[in-house]
Amino acid sequence: MQKVYIAGYGLTKVGEHWDKSLETLMAESALKALDYTGLSRVDEICVSNVYGEVLQEQLVLGSVLAEELGVSGVPAVRVEAGAASGAAAIRYAVNAIQSGITNVVLVCGGEKLTDGTQEESLSLLSMDERYEVAGEIGSHFFSTAALLYRMYMRRYDVKQDGIASFSVISHENASTVQHAQYPFKIGLENVLNSPYVAEPLHRLETTAQADGAAALVLCSENIARKLDSPKVLVSGIHLATDFPNPFDREDPLHIQSLAASTSSLLSMRGISRGEVSFIELFDAASILAALSLESSGFIPRGKSGEAAMSGRLSLNGELPINTFGGLKARGHPVGATPIYQVAEAYLQLTRQAGKNQLDNVRFGLVESLAGFGSSSVSILLEEV
Amino acid sequence: MFVIRIPRYWRSKGFRYRLEGYRCEKCGHFHHSPRLVCRKCGSRSIRRDRLSQTGRLISYTVVKSSTPLFEQYVPYVVGVVKMVDGSLVVGQVTDCDPEELREDMQVEVTLRKIRVDGENKLIQYGYKFRPVIE
Repeated sequence: MQKVYIAGYGLTKVGEHWDKSLETLMAESALKALDYTGLSRVDEICVSNVYGEVLQEQLVLGSVLAEELGVSGVPAVRVEAGAASGAAAIRYAVNAIQSGITNVVLVCGGEKLTDGTQEESLSLLSMDERYEVAGEIGSHFFSTAALLYRMYMRRYDVKQDGIASFSVISHENASTVQHAQYPFKIGLENVLNSPYVAEPLHRLETTAQADGAAALVLCSENIARKLDSPKVLVSGIHLATDFPNPFDREDPLHIQSLAASTSSLLSMRGISRGEVSFIELFDAASILAALSLESSGFIPRGKSGEAAMSGRLSLNGELPINTFGGLKARGHPVGATPIYQVAEAYLQLTRQAGKNQLDNVRFGLVESLAGFGSSSVSILLEEV
Repeated sequence: MFVIRIPRYWRSKGFRYRLEGYRCEKCGHFHHSPRLVCRKCGSRSIRRDRLSQTGRLISYTVVKSSTPLFEQYVPYVVGVVKMVDGSLVVGQVTDCDPEELREDMQVEVTLRKIRVDGENKLIQYGYKFRPVIE
């Protein structure tokens, strides 16, 4: 199997880009990634976008992006796995390069949620569950998160402060990040005093509508040697699925798909959890940060809030998470989100993280979820 | 997702009106929608069955921000109910002030208006849960 490297990235700022279309945002990030690596052509393009056929009434985004980049003719497709689509697109690229059929793949994720209303965005996010027993009865992504949140606090007999602290960490880390949607700090009292979206989940424990695009250039070892840009090795990528609705599972508070994808990823590479330098995880709602850390075995069940408050998960802690602000503060342009996560891990491992740079980084772990883990993707990146 | 598709809604009326679904004959697992294969054990022996009409509320939330379909109904309560066979069902909880909600309270299934749709004012019915009065 060929080794796969990340040789470049391109990001747009996450925010409300009223004056730019989805395809312009994607082309912008893709051109940045190509210019960064010094390439003008790629062998394949893989696009990740989740809501284009609804909000922009546009399919064939692979062909659309190829046209925007002036490279029509190259193979180009779009990949969908809910909010984990970006990670599934990276997996597609990794598989293609590993197999030897291709050498350079441009992966580009984009989403433009502000073409719809806030209420519509919430409805779209809720499609990661089986719709007829969720969205259609008045339940939605954040109300499901709230139900899990209450179960969690009751089962482990913990107060809300700990889980709400995940938002504080994310904003702290994003405060120095140019591409972040919300680059400012907030305190725990701001989170707890913000209105409820669905009790006990506060507005400041959720993500907001966002536009953004992110791109990566993935390549084989042969190509990597010829490029001058800094590289990171993709040591592994695993995807696992579970029932889309958490209350259909054996234990709604355990994301089995994430447990499986992370365990097999680490054992394939032969490293322990203690060797992971940092984690970019999927905090689409605060409680998901806790469930992710616990399900993937980094923190004992019920103890995530305590860990968040102790400083252990902050940039100078022993297990930093969401080093550029995570979904909460960097923002969550859904189809692009996992690409941002991986690009941020790339910046850490190539020592380009600026004020957010961690010391002694070797292995970075990225965890992306569709909904509550209907698909979970774990990606291990390694310093070269 | 911004409108209700009538044929789709109609197809799922068994579960919506009666909590009628499909149970695996081999492992007993319950599915809310028709299945060819049990999602839990892989068996292909599936029969129609109904969930119990009562259960225990294990979690709940007061929804303050909603999707376009339910905007006009906020705030409303969504809960998770553990039915007698152990299946968990998510649904709205009605006939109860949010302050009266308690984990472990007994609830029963009731057929209610879920929402009124579009210009034609089509009424959609479905199950909700309400407290059992002792």
